[in-house]
Amino acid sequence: MAQMKFLCDAERCIECNGCVTACKNANETDWGIQRRRVVTLDDGKPSEVSISVACMHCDDAPCMAVCPTDCFYKTDDGIVLHDKDICIGCGYCLYACPFGAPQFPKEEAFGERGKMDKCTFCAGGPAETKEEEYEKYGANRIAEGKLPLCAEMCSTKALLAGDAQTISDIFRERVVYRGHKDGGWSSVEKAQMSGPDVSGNLDEMAYDATRATREG
Amino acid sequence: MHTLMQCLWRLRMIGAVLLLAVLAASLAPPSSAAEPDEEIGQAVGTVDADTWRQVKSGENFIDSRYDSTYNLINPSGETWRQIRNEWISPAGLIAIGGMLAILIIFYLIVGRNDLGHERTGRKILRWTVFERSLHWTVATLFIALSLTGLNLLYGKFVFRHIFGDVFWANMIMGSKLIHNYAGPVFGILLIVILAKWLKVNLPKKHDWEWFKQGGGMVGDKHPDAGFANAGEKAWFWILASVGLLVVISGLVLDFPIFGQTRDNMQWANMFHGVTSLILMTVALGHIYIGTLGTEGALEGMATGYVDETWAKQHHNLWYEEVKDNAGQPQQSDPPVGDDTATAHRPN
Repeated sequence: MAQMKFLCDAERCIECNGCVTACKNANETDWGIQRRRVVTLDDGKPSEVSISVACMHCDDAPCMAVCPTDCFYKTDDGIVLHDKDICIGCGYCLYACPFGAPQFPKEEAFGERGKMDKCTFCAGGPAETKEEEYEKYGANRIAEGKLPLCAEMCSTKALLAGDAQTISDIFRERVVYRGHKDGGWSSVEKAQMSGPDVSGNLDEMAYDATRATREG
Repeated sequence: MHTLMQCLWRLRMIGAVLLLAVLAASLAPPSSAAEPDEEIGQAVGTVDADTWRQVKSGENFIDSRYDSTYNLINPSGETWRQIRNEWISPAGLIAIGGMLAILIIFYLIVGRNDLGHERTGRKILRWTVFERSLHWTVATLFIALSLTGLNLLYGKFVFRHIFGDVFWANMIMGSKLIHNYAGPVFGILLIVILAKWLKVNLPKKHDWEWFKQGGGMVGDKHPDAGFANAGEKAWFWILASVGLLVVISGLVLDFPIFGQTRDNMQWANMFHGVTSLILMTVALGHIYIGTLGTEGALEGMATGYVDETWAKQHHNLWYEEVKDNAGQPQQSDPPVGDDTATAHRPN
């Protein structure tokens, strides 16, 4: 059984926000709702890194655990979806989510939230008809055998979507070519490779222009 | 020799990378990640420890989402979930269930606290119409808020399975609406009732003795008590402390339009859960003593008048001061103003 996941290769993400636009377009989300976002750390510095984030479709999803209405469910593909007919807009999923994925249209009196909206991995949601599904949850590309549009349209193929095994294989292959110690998954410092090993010097080469800053 | 060493070293490096890749392949399928850290650790490759520290600190980042204050990872969400689901939720069940069990056992063993003597038939005014309306309005709101609140915390384990999705959706939506709109009204009326009854609930010396004798709930002892006995005073001060915390934390949750952060909301939610569950537990005791547990207590709050015998037995100091006023309640139920009430509770 497939386990659908997103994977963002931070070395490749160029903060073009193509994924954000693609998502907004594919799902025609409400005004003010932006299911995907790009977070940039150290903007403008040599250590700048960008990551595209949306719902991570967690295996042990905190939103599911705290929802008072139990409106969340997991598909056979490991995608976390929710039923807007049952959602009451209490905001608990937002408090629990580590990634800020749930969003609420601000439409009721006294700041009362509307129905929660979040990334569906382009898998739609529970509805009677296709039209109703699109209206409530956006595209169901998975049903058409397609992957989420954000990943499909990523210009540098930094954002990967698909079965966890498959996308981690792709990523691992990249890492092997790129020469990153520990496969990019551990939290140890980047490989401090020395000597004539070209792959090990990629990091150093990338920082050439700023060497003075880094060492001085 | 030098080249050979380098060659060997490079081979070893490639070997290590491959080995790690294979290891990762056997361990990595991200299907067992329980922690958000792990989850995003797998979802974002090629990021080192420093970056992770930065991500968690929530500093020095920009976000492409309009009006977003969310840093990349919000680790407090998982902590909140654990505290709410693993501690507050079961503790509340234990507290409320435990209180119910204690009350049932107490009732079965000790039974109702009956009047020790015959009723004299002479009545004393105890609660004015205004006070009674206030009490029953707050009581109704309290019960409505308790039931809807309990439904929000525990309902999903029971009612969705019993009634099905459509009924459940309406039930839980109704619960939220009642809870959110009744809450502020309860808050205002609670403050009114606390102000109204503050004077009679100021602690006195004989209250300590009342506690030491357990309020005379068991046996024939009848410790001294004024208009309000020490138990009523304790309930008053619990409402004045824990009750106000419930209201304040509830208002923070109810109106998310003043720039509350997610951390604020998590704290408010935990406070609200703990304090309201404490309040519900104590309220069960209050309800028991006011209805099943004491003969003649409910009629005081229902009709406004108590029998002379009841007053003498449960509030002897108050009785001594007002016994001259005892008589028949006027049938026309005249508007009993606050002056009359003050005259009935001089202590």
